[in-house]
Amino acid sequence: MTFFFQLTITGLALGMMYALIAIGFVIIFKSSKAFNIAQGHFVMVGGYLGYTFLAVLHLPVWLAIIAVIAVAVVMGAVIERLALRPLVGQPVLAVIMMTIALAGVLEGLAILFWGGEYKTYHDVLPAITLKLGAISVPPESLIGLIVSTIVVTLLVLMFRYTKIGLAMRATAEDEQVTRSAGIQATMVYALAWVIAAVVGVVGGVLLGGVSGVSIAMSEIGLKALAVVILGGLDSIGGAIFAGLMLGIMENLAAGYLDPLMPSGGGLAGVFPFIVMILVLMIKPHGLFGLKRIERV
Amino acid sequence: MGLPSGTFAQDYAQDMGLMRTKAQWGFMGLLLVFLATIPLWASDSNLTTATIIGITIISVHGLNILTGNCGLVSMGHSGFMMVGGYAMAILSAKAGLPFWAALPAAGLIAGMVGVLFGLPSLRIKGFYLIMATVSAYFIIHWLILQFRDLTGGTDGLSVPTATLFGLAIKGKVTYFYLVLVLAVLATLVAKNILRTRAGRAFVAIRDNDLAAEVMGVNLWGYRLQAFFIGCVFAGVAGALSVQYYSYANVEQFPFFDSVWFLGMLIVGGMGSTSGVIYGVLAIKLLQLLATKIGPSLAEVVNPQAAVGLSLILPSLAIILFLIFAPRGIEHIWGRFRGYYQAWPF
Repeated sequence: MTFFFQLTITGLALGMMYALIAIGFVIIFKSSKAFNIAQGHFVMVGGYLGYTFLAVLHLPVWLAIIAVIAVAVVMGAVIERLALRPLVGQPVLAVIMMTIALAGVLEGLAILFWGGEYKTYHDVLPAITLKLGAISVPPESLIGLIVSTIVVTLLVLMFRYTKIGLAMRATAEDEQVTRSAGIQATMVYALAWVIAAVVGVVGGVLLGGVSGVSIAMSEIGLKALAVVILGGLDSIGGAIFAGLMLGIMENLAAGYLDPLMPSGGGLAGVFPFIVMILVLMIKPHGLFGLKRIERV
Repeated sequence: MGLPSGTFAQDYAQDMGLMRTKAQWGFMGLLLVFLATIPLWASDSNLTTATIIGITIISVHGLNILTGNCGLVSMGHSGFMMVGGYAMAILSAKAGLPFWAALPAAGLIAGMVGVLFGLPSLRIKGFYLIMATVSAYFIIHWLILQFRDLTGGTDGLSVPTATLFGLAIKGKVTYFYLVLVLAVLATLVAKNILRTRAGRAFVAIRDNDLAAEVMGVNLWGYRLQAFFIGCVFAGVAGALSVQYYSYANVEQFPFFDSVWFLGMLIVGGMGSTSGVIYGVLAIKLLQLLATKIGPSLAEVVNPQAAVGLSLILPSLAIILFLIFAPRGIEHIWGRFRGYYQAWPF
């Protein structure tokens, strides 16, 4: 039983990371209907920025966080303005290829600047460890939990109570009507990208502090797309729920089924994709996604 | 169609012809002669590049039919190449099939796997279909690593030298000619598929699937057909690639290749057969450039510079084309040709 709980708890840690990436994806999709495949790369860039500010430049933690957020705001705004804005009204494939190409550029830059190596800065961030009986809770899950709770609370409050939140919800519903009501849709898009970049990068800094950062972090971004599909493309709550569920299921599958596989398993790497293709065949709009009916 | 002034079609067959003027025949002949003489003057490494470009062209022709013409975006194309490659390796190394039989068989097997993973396309499209094909790649990758007895797992599988008409296909020059013939053939086949009833149905489905269905186009049949045709091309290309290295390994078909294939379509021009060739050349040459200037950068920045650069350069090309020339090189070239053909009007 301890084995089961240990697997569940480590799965929770992974799931939190999935959820963090998925939230960024959903924010952008909700307001601008753009699919951001590069969200996992934002997390990776965040990890490397954290390494640069904390371990190389030795900034205090609060200053480093502010610096990282500043970089993220600039990055999100620049990407939206230069790369995504010209594509408004273009087919789905154009937007997806654009974000994948951006992912390629970000990964390439990370390799150029940081050598694509595994970097850690363990001792810089305050360590949080928790022990529940025989099971130790990995700090990733705590950090993921804290960050996603803060982010989700802030987002929910913003969407519910602020004028800009209302504008974002309205733009998600119908862009043309919103424009005619005098809301700047372009500003809403830019804001969505900035929020997504900040969420991704801050999450990356914290994760980098706990488990180190490497290029492989961006591959988790690809697996997190399964979370988005499972939870529904436009549901923040769905992203968190599906992230946790998939993280736990992946870990349980790897723990219990891998020994049964003909040559060693490696089920963890492919499990999200199996879930994804099943969801797509059975319930393509995900658990909490909005089902749209197509009319001619 | 950019045709020079004074070219008329007097019957239907003439209007459908691929080659309309004597000049076109002349240029095509010159191009073929140029291609055929590449081994005489190219260096060893350039010959390798040319061979790989040929193999990639075959593969991207398949993706062009599937994505460029039928509108079903597949981001698992290198997974289907992997199926073809391993089918080739298993059929020729374990079952002892001769090359001429194993190559089409590899194509057919990849096509059938493609139809299997194309089944979700009956319900979903756009982003959802892309995700389905991404998972197809990772599932294929995992399955191949799992069935170690058959595929050799991570160790890979070595493939015996192929013989064709009693002639051993050994050495770079012979292999280049084999790929050249097959690539020209694939271009012709791809061009002609698009001129058939099925090809027109693909375009109708891409432009508006609901309208196409109302007009009597069988969506189920044609979508699966597109997946089958696209993956047959991928399978043949994968088999050729495995045969070229006389070794099959999953690392030969990385996931990001599928992304580059789509990028080649965008840079070359979606849906156009000649655009495929321009796109493959552009992206492959950029990657070559990255490996050429990478080492000199390595001393300044860091030893991995070439890897980073080979990601950045093609990605930037895709971004710039998406923003400034979404219809690709084919369209730019077509405008230029239209301009000088109509000159001085």
